[in-house]
Amino acid sequence: MKYILMMNTMKAGQGIPQWPGRDLQAHIAFMKNLNKELRDSGELVSAEGLAFPDQACLVRAGKNGAPITDGVFPESKEFLAGFWIVDVDSPERAYAIAARASAAPGPGGTPLNMPIEVRPVMSGPPPEML
Amino acid sequence: MTTPWDTTSEQLLRELAPQVLGAVARRFRDFVSAEDAVQEAMIAAFTQWPQQGIPDNPRGWLIQVASRRLTDQARSEIARRERETAVAMEAEIMAPAVDIESDMDPDDTLILLFMCCHPALTSSSAIALTLRAVGGLTTAEIANAFLVPEATMAQRISRAKQSIKVSGVPFRLPSPQERAERLPAVLHVLYLIFNEGYASSVGAHLQRLDLAREAIRLTRCAKTLLPGNEEVAGLLALMLLTDARRAARTGPDEELVPLTKQDRTLWDQGEISEGIELLTAALSKGSVGLYQLQAAIAAVHDEAARVEDTDWPQILALYQLLKRVSPSPMVTLNHAIAAAMVHGPSKGLELLRTLDTDAQLAGHYRLDAVRAHLLEMTGDYEGAIKHYRIAASRTTSIPEQNYLMTQAARLGDNPGGSYKKAAAPSHGHDPME
Repeated sequence: MKYILMMNTMKAGQGIPQWPGRDLQAHIAFMKNLNKELRDSGELVSAEGLAFPDQACLVRAGKNGAPITDGVFPESKEFLAGFWIVDVDSPERAYAIAARASAAPGPGGTPLNMPIEVRPVMSGPPPEML
Repeated sequence: MTTPWDTTSEQLLRELAPQVLGAVARRFRDFVSAEDAVQEAMIAAFTQWPQQGIPDNPRGWLIQVASRRLTDQARSEIARRERETAVAMEAEIMAPAVDIESDMDPDDTLILLFMCCHPALTSSSAIALTLRAVGGLTTAEIANAFLVPEATMAQRISRAKQSIKVSGVPFRLPSPQERAERLPAVLHVLYLIFNEGYASSVGAHLQRLDLAREAIRLTRCAKTLLPGNEEVAGLLALMLLTDARRAARTGPDEELVPLTKQDRTLWDQGEISEGIELLTAALSKGSVGLYQLQAAIAAVHDEAARVEDTDWPQILALYQLLKRVSPSPMVTLNHAIAAAMVHGPSKGLELLRTLDTDAQLAGHYRLDAVRAHLLEMTGDYEGAIKHYRIAASRTTSIPEQNYLMTQAARLGDNPGGSYKKAAAPSHGHDPME
């Protein structure tokens, strides 16, 4: 069964760009290592990091369906920073991976314990239960 | 001398895969490397044979290519060690000259089947390894069937083989007693492959490899290798009797069509008669198991030319038997539907209440879907709408979600209107539906 693990960043202004170099490197190494582990375990479907929120815009259809774009508002509390899609044998395994990602090191090497939203991907057949 | 490649060639190549793997694994006494080497030989054949034709001795060709691969590997390994230690290794691990025919053993496919469905593996690993080592599929095809990247599937297979290596299973046929103990796990893996293929053979996934057909092919092969086993025959019958309805199962817009609404003229009569024949032969032999009973239930549905001809009392009796042979909450759920069809919806709802506290089924969308149908049968449309909606929010299948939301919307648009006489519930009476 497939799950998406969505990682939300903290408020703008406290984000990664403000971290000291050493902490930044440790964080990047942790994420790379986690992705490698998931690839090696045969569970990784995809992993993507998203551009910083200042690269984002909100789009709505205007007259004649033409796009009307708008900036993302700086007061937004959380932004989706990236996600993993994993194919695992149980929801518990998806939660365990999410907990690993949540504890990625932050400033001073302290685990961030970020909230990771875990949701099943609509992937066709329901779990067989006979 | 070669034979031209045609539509049956791919099938031939796949059937050779486990035989070739058996021969190579025994000669090199290394299942893990042999399996990789055979995969490479298969890919080489898939690339070369369509252009150059099929060699006279295709099996020998594959064994040669895989063996050469392993010998080259052994040579470079020796060279590496020589460089490191300057000690010459004995060439013992090199393959002896190829004696193809004496290496063949018809039991190899069976040995591999038991090996790949080893209890040390998770079901997703066992499925992937079975499809590659026994089914002769490429990693890319398997990855595509499960919609994961090829590298991920390659890792899953490689880890599965490592687990087998660590568990120390020898490459030989398990003893009769061991075989009896482990056969249910083998059948379960084949069942899961079928279920995955059948359940996902909807809509956008038409480009995917046909796993249901692949499961039928592997189960046919298992039946030939285990001729006296009624459960293998029962499983094959179940697959055929279910697959027979495939064309009727999706509508023009790829929407799910429940059993009660299917155009039964689209059912595959060839598969139905083969399934019934297999089942009749198996049932006449005595011991009745889980798959034979499920096949018998599928057969009762398949034998009804119109939905109103369905022999519900017989289905109810079969579920009662299934509840004794192989009790599970899903069986109870299906039993409740059959009871509703025979004794009325309140009897069914009464049985459903026993499942509300079941850890496995409480909160499962099928429980709500069935409750919704039974409530609709009693005329409680408000209750039915509520449970259709709960079920829709809990399923992880988009076609099923669309179906359930449509049911709720239908009752909401037309409360108590022209749908007073609800037909048999369409969810749950058949675990594969």
